[in-house]
Amino acid sequence: MNSAEFIAALLDPAAPLPQGLIDPQGRAAPLRFDVFRNNVTLGLIRVLEAGFPATRALVGDAFFAAMAGEYARACPPQTRIMMLYGHDFADFIAQFPPAASLGYLPDVARLEQAIRHSYHAADAVSIDPLVFTTLTEADLQSLRLRFAPAVQIVASPWPILGIWAANMRGAAPPQMVAEAVIVMRPDFDPMPSLLPQHSLETVQALIAGAELGAALNLATGPFDLGELLKLLLTGGAIVGIDHDDR
Amino acid sequence: MDNSLIHPNLPAFAGVGYKPQHFADIRRNAAPVAWLEIHAENYMGDGGRPLAQLRALAQDFAISVHGVGLSIGGDAPLDIDHLARLKTLCDWLQPASFSEHLAWSTHDGAFLNDLLPLPYTQTTLARVCEHIDLLQTTLGRQMLLENPSTYLAFAETTMSEADFLAQIVRRTGCGLLLDVNNVYISSVNQATDPDDYLHSFPLHAVGEIHLGGHEADTGDHGAPLLIDSHSRAVADAVWKLYRHTIDLAGAKPTLIEWDNDVPEWPVLQSEATLVEQILAPARAGQSAQGAAA
Repeated sequence: MNSAEFIAALLDPAAPLPQGLIDPQGRAAPLRFDVFRNNVTLGLIRVLEAGFPATRALVGDAFFAAMAGEYARACPPQTRIMMLYGHDFADFIAQFPPAASLGYLPDVARLEQAIRHSYHAADAVSIDPLVFTTLTEADLQSLRLRFAPAVQIVASPWPILGIWAANMRGAAPPQMVAEAVIVMRPDFDPMPSLLPQHSLETVQALIAGAELGAALNLATGPFDLGELLKLLLTGGAIVGIDHDDR
Repeated sequence: MDNSLIHPNLPAFAGVGYKPQHFADIRRNAAPVAWLEIHAENYMGDGGRPLAQLRALAQDFAISVHGVGLSIGGDAPLDIDHLARLKTLCDWLQPASFSEHLAWSTHDGAFLNDLLPLPYTQTTLARVCEHIDLLQTTLGRQMLLENPSTYLAFAETTMSEADFLAQIVRRTGCGLLLDVNNVYISSVNQATDPDDYLHSFPLHAVGEIHLGGHEADTGDHGAPLLIDSHSRAVADAVWKLYRHTIDLAGAKPTLIEWDNDVPEWPVLQSEATLVEQILAPARAGQSAQGAAA
């Protein structure tokens, strides 16, 4: 048996059948080989259905299955851990011509991938919010925050959280505005939340390890720092703080 | 490998394949289910609910770790990173049993997430044994190897599946996971007698039995083709074959596998009750025999 030939035939219905595969009477058995073709594609489609339920709801079961099947054949897993399969499904959707009219679809898939990543991320103990009451103004300027591994950011010109919530939680259809979403995991359930307006660049800089003072200078407009910190603390996003002058 | 390690720690009772949606039901009332089986690869994340649930369940139940991604039957060397992940899982969880499949699923980095068939030849035998040796050495424990459900045969095959498995057991000291549903499926698909298969199977090495549901289809030339779907209740013909298996082999830990269209927990409890109706008399017979001896 040539396994390269076997796999090529599994992923391409038009490819010739591998040699030497027979039924009990020694005859060629194309329908039997089709069992494997179906199992492989269907199995990978099921993995993607489980990981991207809102994306699926947006396009319908049949469209999703066709799109996921094309992705599975074009990009078979490079991992044996199926919770990781589909990390670039959103990029595939962005290049998938039949979905071209749904501009928001790739970003909704990115949000779902972030939620999935958050779900399986390492556990972490978040800090006691009271720590902030002991800090001086100078401490705050040089403050660096350490974030939980479950924290993810997805920003989009589309209202991705609104679209996600409408499909997953029956929320009202959103206004067509840009949204920046932070996914946090207070216990076991990822919690996608809107970042305060103008705070995206600051939060991204904080996650990258910038000092709070410098990160605040990156804000694209005024926002309430107290509101942002409260959001991060409620979501269990902060697992440690460091500041220079102590 | 030391043959004294061959006896598994799974209890000779009914077990069920664990699904996260049943967590609360299982904690409330699992009976008659005595142990649970997990798919190793679903517990290779960094944290979160899956690992927390598994830690909690392992307090109360014997756990069987069932790998679906190692590609023991593949022509390439085993993936060292994946072996390391399996070792990490077994090291912290200390499961009662570890099992994998006589199948392959990877080539050149691509993983197909399915159990693909291999021909039974001296070449594939040597390679499978090499892979099992490495796995057992890495994990520091005996593994159970599962017989596949087959849809096809290979022109190049030179020995029967039962002989192939018996030789693997002899050479590596591994145990076997006998999937009775797979035996039945293969017997229909290969037009062979499932009783003959059982009689030539090295039953002494069986550490666990699987039962699951299958779907009926039609294959080439109008021949019946059974598909191993794990999507419904165990078929009557498979129950009959299971009773025969227990008559021959004695009471063995027996798992209900239901992976697709997963039902509510009570349905799985009912299937486990059917297992217990067959296992309990066999256990009683064995202990009576033991007392008489």
